[in-house]
Amino acid sequence: MSNIASDLAWIDAALISARPQAVGALLRYFRDLDLAEEAYQNACLRALKTWPQNGPPRDATAWLIMVGRNSGIDDARRRNRLAELPPEDAISDTDDAEGEIAERLDGSHYRDDILRLLFICCHPQLPATQQIALALRIVSGLTVKQIARAFLVSEAAMEQRITRAKAAVAKADVPFETPGAVERSERLAAVAAMIYLVFNEGYSASGDSIAERAPLCDEAIRLARLLLRLFPSEPEIMGLLSLLLLQNARAGARYDADGGIVLLDDQDRSRWNKPMIAEGMALIDKAMRHQSSGPYQVQAAIAALHSSAAHPSETDWTQIELLYRTLEMQQPSPVVTLNRAVAVSKVQGPQAALDLIEPLAKRLSGYFNFHGVRGALLLQLGRCDEARCAFDQAIALAGTTAEAAHIRMHIDRLKAESRAGERQVT
Amino acid sequence: MLYAILCYHDEAMVGSWSKDHDDAVMEKLAVVQDKLTRQGRLGPVARLLPTTAATTLRKEGDPPLVLDGPFAETKEQLLGFYIIEAKDLDDALEVARDLGRANPGGSYEIRPVGVFRPGSIAS
Repeated sequence: MSNIASDLAWIDAALISARPQAVGALLRYFRDLDLAEEAYQNACLRALKTWPQNGPPRDATAWLIMVGRNSGIDDARRRNRLAELPPEDAISDTDDAEGEIAERLDGSHYRDDILRLLFICCHPQLPATQQIALALRIVSGLTVKQIARAFLVSEAAMEQRITRAKAAVAKADVPFETPGAVERSERLAAVAAMIYLVFNEGYSASGDSIAERAPLCDEAIRLARLLLRLFPSEPEIMGLLSLLLLQNARAGARYDADGGIVLLDDQDRSRWNKPMIAEGMALIDKAMRHQSSGPYQVQAAIAALHSSAAHPSETDWTQIELLYRTLEMQQPSPVVTLNRAVAVSKVQGPQAALDLIEPLAKRLSGYFNFHGVRGALLLQLGRCDEARCAFDQAIALAGTTAEAAHIRMHIDRLKAESRAGERQVT
Repeated sequence: MLYAILCYHDEAMVGSWSKDHDDAVMEKLAVVQDKLTRQGRLGPVARLLPTTAATTLRKEGDPPLVLDGPFAETKEQLLGFYIIEAKDLDDALEVARDLGRANPGGSYEIRPVGVFRPGSIAS
């Protein structure tokens, strides 16, 4: 029984891992996302039927491409009887397709097909939300239902979002030629950004939505790996994968049993995922040898410094502060400055950090974390009334119940302390 | 006679295994490994990190060329391997260069090791 179960798991893994390349190749034949997707679906159904009996083909991806292509041609012929018949050899019996696969998967096709697929999903005309939805549907093969759940919207709404994205792509005259160097690097940045967004969607989940959204983190890591295999010498892609691995390694320690937030300093570090950290460290180490810094590498380096501290007190905050300074130059944003302030508070104390963030008040007045950090700094300085005021503002802006609960904990502690103080006075 | 058993598989597919499936496979392997250990027949066992973490040192030139990614030539064959302790990739590359000076030509692929068990064979 367990053998059968593990066989099916094998087929599942094979279908998932073959998907980007197979759909990419089918897209090259049909030049239409819907047709390519449908053809791949048919090939998968066929695989589920025949693989358990006949055993796995030697090259699963090539098998799926061949079967998918033939099924797509059959469908097209059925739809349009006037269409010219495809050559006989292309529609011959597919059962022994594997032996005579015309489409040997050579390296250049592999690369171009997957790239084209990723680039199409990250088409500059698509808003980020559509890029993510399309990539998860087309490249990762998640069902519309799974994606809708992960983004906390109805299935119908997600279906519509994906349909719109596909329509926009179909209209947008997508070049099927491999893009030139400049365009390629622009598009590469767009794909990396999309992957990072997918990860953050999963990583920012809390409470009841963790189970549904956390798989997005795994998916983002898989996509980042795929991208790095296509661009093995891109330090920023190494940095991206490293960052995702190092952050995800802490996922198990970020919430307590009741779903409450556990801050980095208070996390049980033995619950961090060590193999993931090892891989993340190896990648950032490798990336930094290129001496071509970028935001993903800097953020990964910061995460690596946290990961390599066995105890919070061993954290190299001086180095982290310097890295945030670099990040501020590469990617100026008040949120980055806010993060630097946390490092500054560890190195130079709360007053220096407060001085750094006060000028951000106007721009970050609607940001939960700003008031949370500000409250904590004021608290450290013993300015309890102002701290409570900041925490109240934070609670009003909290996006999740866990965030609100975390701030409430600070307020309760403040109240308890002030009551204790009153008792002492009387 | 000592034998090396080299493990090949589709990395993308193994990477797509669910954690439960991966754990189940590791558990089944551990049963076999434990048996061999008890018999004093199991040497070092290593599970390597993905090829995305690999670096290759091509050592036919002087100085040797450092390339990102795994060894990708098909006209050369795997002839041996080392397990070394190094503090980072630079350190590991230094060791590889040292070895390369002693034996120029061909390549070394440098891969971080994820899981390592030293084994129990008496030499």
